[in-house]
Amino acid sequence: MAKPTEFRIDVEKALGKTEVRAHFRKAMDTLMTNRRNQFPDDAALQALRTQAQAIRANALSKLPELLEQLETNLTKNGVQVHWAETTDEANQIVLGIMQKHHAQSIIKGKSMVSEEMGLNHFLEERGIEALESDLGEFIIQLDGETPSHIIMPAIHKSKEQISKLFHEKFPDIPYTDNVDELTASARRILRDKFYAAPVGLSGVNFAVAETGTLCLVENEGNGRMSTTIPPVHIAVTGIEKVVEKLSDIPPLLSILPRSATGQPITTYFNMISGPRKADEKDGPTEVHLVLLDNGRSRIYSDPELLATLRCIRCGACINHCPVYVRIGGHSYGTVYPGPIGTILEPQKEGLKVHGELIQASSLCGACGEVCPVRIPIPNIINRLRHDSVRKDTENTPTQDAGTRRKPLEAAIWQAWSWSASHPSLYNFGGKTATQLRGLVPNNLGAWTKVRTAPKLAEQTLHQQLKALGVDHE
Amino acid sequence: MSQTTNPPKPDTIYFFGTCLIDLIYPKAGVSAVQLLQRERVKVIYPQAQTCCGQPAWNSGYRDEARQVARAQIKFFPKNIPIVIPSGSCAGMMKTHYPELFKGEADEVEALNLANRVYELTEFLVDVLKVQLQDLGEAVEVAVHTSCSARREMGVADKIEQLLGQLSNVDVKEQAYKTECCGFGGTFAIKEPEISAAMVADKTLHIRATGATQLVSQDCGCLMNISGAFAYQAQHEGKAAPKAQHIAEFLWERTHG
Amino acid sequence: MSNARTAILQRLNSVERPVVDVSARESLSVVSWDKAECIHRFTERMQAVRAEVHRSDRGNWLDKVAEICKTKGLNNLLLSPKTEWGQVITQNAAQFPRLKHYERSIEDWKEELFYQVDAGLTSTLGGIAETGTLILWSSPDEPRTLSLVPPIHIAILDTDKLYTTFAKAVKTQGWLEQGLPTNALLISGPSRSADIAQVLAYGVHGPRELVVVLV
Ligand code: SF4
Repeated sequence: MAKPTEFRIDVEKALGKTEVRAHFRKAMDTLMTNRRNQFPDDAALQALRTQAQAIRANALSKLPELLEQLETNLTKNGVQVHWAETTDEANQIVLGIMQKHHAQSIIKGKSMVSEEMGLNHFLEERGIEALESDLGEFIIQLDGETPSHIIMPAIHKSKEQISKLFHEKFPDIPYTDNVDELTASARRILRDKFYAAPVGLSGVNFAVAETGTLCLVENEGNGRMSTTIPPVHIAVTGIEKVVEKLSDIPPLLSILPRSATGQPITTYFNMISGPRKADEKDGPTEVHLVLLDNGRSRIYSDPELLATLRCIRCGACINHCPVYVRIGGHSYGTVYPGPIGTILEPQKEGLKVHGELIQASSLCGACGEVCPVRIPIPNIINRLRHDSVRKDTENTPTQDAGTRRKPLEAAIWQAWSWSASHPSLYNFGGKTATQLRGLVPNNLGAWTKVRTAPKLAEQTLHQQLKALGVDHE
Repeated sequence: MSQTTNPPKPDTIYFFGTCLIDLIYPKAGVSAVQLLQRERVKVIYPQAQTCCGQPAWNSGYRDEARQVARAQIKFFPKNIPIVIPSGSCAGMMKTHYPELFKGEADEVEALNLANRVYELTEFLVDVLKVQLQDLGEAVEVAVHTSCSARREMGVADKIEQLLGQLSNVDVKEQAYKTECCGFGGTFAIKEPEISAAMVADKTLHIRATGATQLVSQDCGCLMNISGAFAYQAQHEGKAAPKAQHIAEFLWERTHG
Repeated sequence: MSNARTAILQRLNSVERPVVDVSARESLSVVSWDKAECIHRFTERMQAVRAEVHRSDRGNWLDKVAEICKTKGLNNLLLSPKTEWGQVITQNAAQFPRLKHYERSIEDWKEELFYQVDAGLTSTLGGIAETGTLILWSSPDEPRTLSLVPPIHIAILDTDKLYTTFAKAVKTQGWLEQGLPTNALLISGPSRSADIAQVLAYGVHGPRELVVVLV
């Protein structure tokens, strides 16, 4: 057998940690129950999903026009708009703004796009402090980790671990495992940071083209702090986050938090349409928006894969995934874990890097069932499996298409296909079994590690029904 | 999705047995045919049929899947329902054939076939409106509905509706009922560790109900779960509930 | 980086766009709750996230607010003297803890704002019954930080401006026609987080307490 990949090793490790697994299970159970309680009326839920899907699909169908409109309106509102093709370009833009202001530090609200950019690392290499202020992000940054969930970044950590971590990193603060006290400590530490921060960074949940407005959902208030206190605010977002009209926002706001954490609404919904005006007393004096492509326009070019871009990053697919709950977010080795990561990452980074992820799905469909914008996640996984072994690679925009096609596997499927479509040669039973077995010569043991092997019947259904005289045409 | 308006009861239907039932669980197929015949429906079983093409489809080998699917389309030409004792294979034909044949010369035929597909329990409940009489002993049963029956075919409640007609059957509901058992076709082979963790939980939860019998409408799931039950019985001395396809279970309990 | 702009737009424009069915896009959930029902729902939702809700009327709201300040043991209260409510409170300053008026730019008194203000009082543009939400628009008189930095936020809501849903509020108040402020906010409770082991904690970054006075 080939050398196990990093993903394989991580999966095995993760599965071995029974305590962490139990922790994830409990956390996901809570999130699933909370969501379910938010949608007591299934017909209403389905109608809202259809509406949210239509809003996002409509926006994507007009994407270039809406981006230009967004830019025009933001500019009119006094927001400076920047475009970046790659994460490196986006990082350079952020750096450039910071240098212009001689800023040595940046305080961040939660932003998955900034994770995608690897912004913290990029800035730190250049001697600039990038501080996470979302409590979960703050915790994992203290421990030198990356988020294991897009909504609840520190979901993999237990209260005890966090208590220890705080005490280790802030020896002046007495040890406590009281969540209120831990939170209060974080508040104190970060208050001082907000007070002094020259630049604040945030993500964007929705950008409204019609009004030139950046919308952010959050519970803690750190998003508001990051976008209000520092004199400069930089927002980073993927180009797909735009919607056409202000009236598109209420339905999306109605379905996002309910799908994500099972809250009817988040504590704060923050709509930013510009920097401080001359007569205003607070707010940043400069607001920037960085629009990042990073592969999105490539995904955009395929009518089937395009659905990936409808995503509003609620995390519901992750919360409901039977694979994620067992292996946790870090095993994926990606910025976005779970089902959304499984479809997004191989498209963003190519099949060579993350193509293995698309096998890590039983295609059970739990993700697609809960997705608020009805992204057919299993179908896209299936499509990417096709892309990874297809021969007509010119017909897909997916990077590294066809590179996972292995001659032996392909030959087996061809042989199988031949016999299963030529019943005159029919001896389907024995043949198929042998052929399919050939597909996985080294892995047959995996099945029987926890299960007994299935036994072939003495007489096939074909034979038995023939013997019973069932008509055959 | 399950039909919103159901056709009247037909005189004649096709039966697509699925390759898994053909090779490993033929008794489920025979029972299904017997259940259908008892409702005075003429069953045609085209002997040339093989497999719906799903294994290749789910592995990304679309040309190979299409070749197999194309053959099946030819074997079921008449405009009559096709009944399939598997949510997974029914889902393949009903929801994925249209995708697989998009833009192909025989797209119309594929769509036509897709529209005639019924999962067995759906057909028994919605079209034939069967009335069952329980002749069996009292038994506690756990139901595992396959993900494709639940989410692709939208027929999750049909087994319970059928079991509800059996006076001596007590359905026990397991925790995490709607969660995947970890089979997923090639998933069980390509991701053996994750699959094993999933089936371990599934067996745990089913066993916790105390049910002595498990039924499902999909033999893939049954092969996975019952294989794990048998293994645990052999190696850990745990009780192994009897696992059966719903057709086999129903037939055993209701024929005189 | 205008190269990036051109390149991205060019790629997006070169794609044959899918035709999408957007008929479902405009559908609005219709709820028709009368005022009493709106107040009931608003209150229930707010209380569910640990916000305080007090009822009052035109005659006694001032006493109500004064009483709240007293119960909370506030040493001072930050507000704008220019709003309808702020004016009256300022005229009756004797009933209240020391009043601070938000009159300078944040830079000029940031330290005091951050570390020496006990509570901020704001008016609201309206409320949303369905979700238990306050609508606040930033303005020269009532800047963004007034409802953000102090540990307690007291908000006064005129119950005539309580709308059933967010969509309804946007429509009725004509947000689009008016043009949005630099910062429009929906606030649905005190600052909270469940990031530590899913245990709810309040006052992470924003106000620890939210007190709503319905008038
Ligand atoms: S794919 Fe759907 S469910 Fe998953 S994060 Fe995106 S919007 Fe949410």
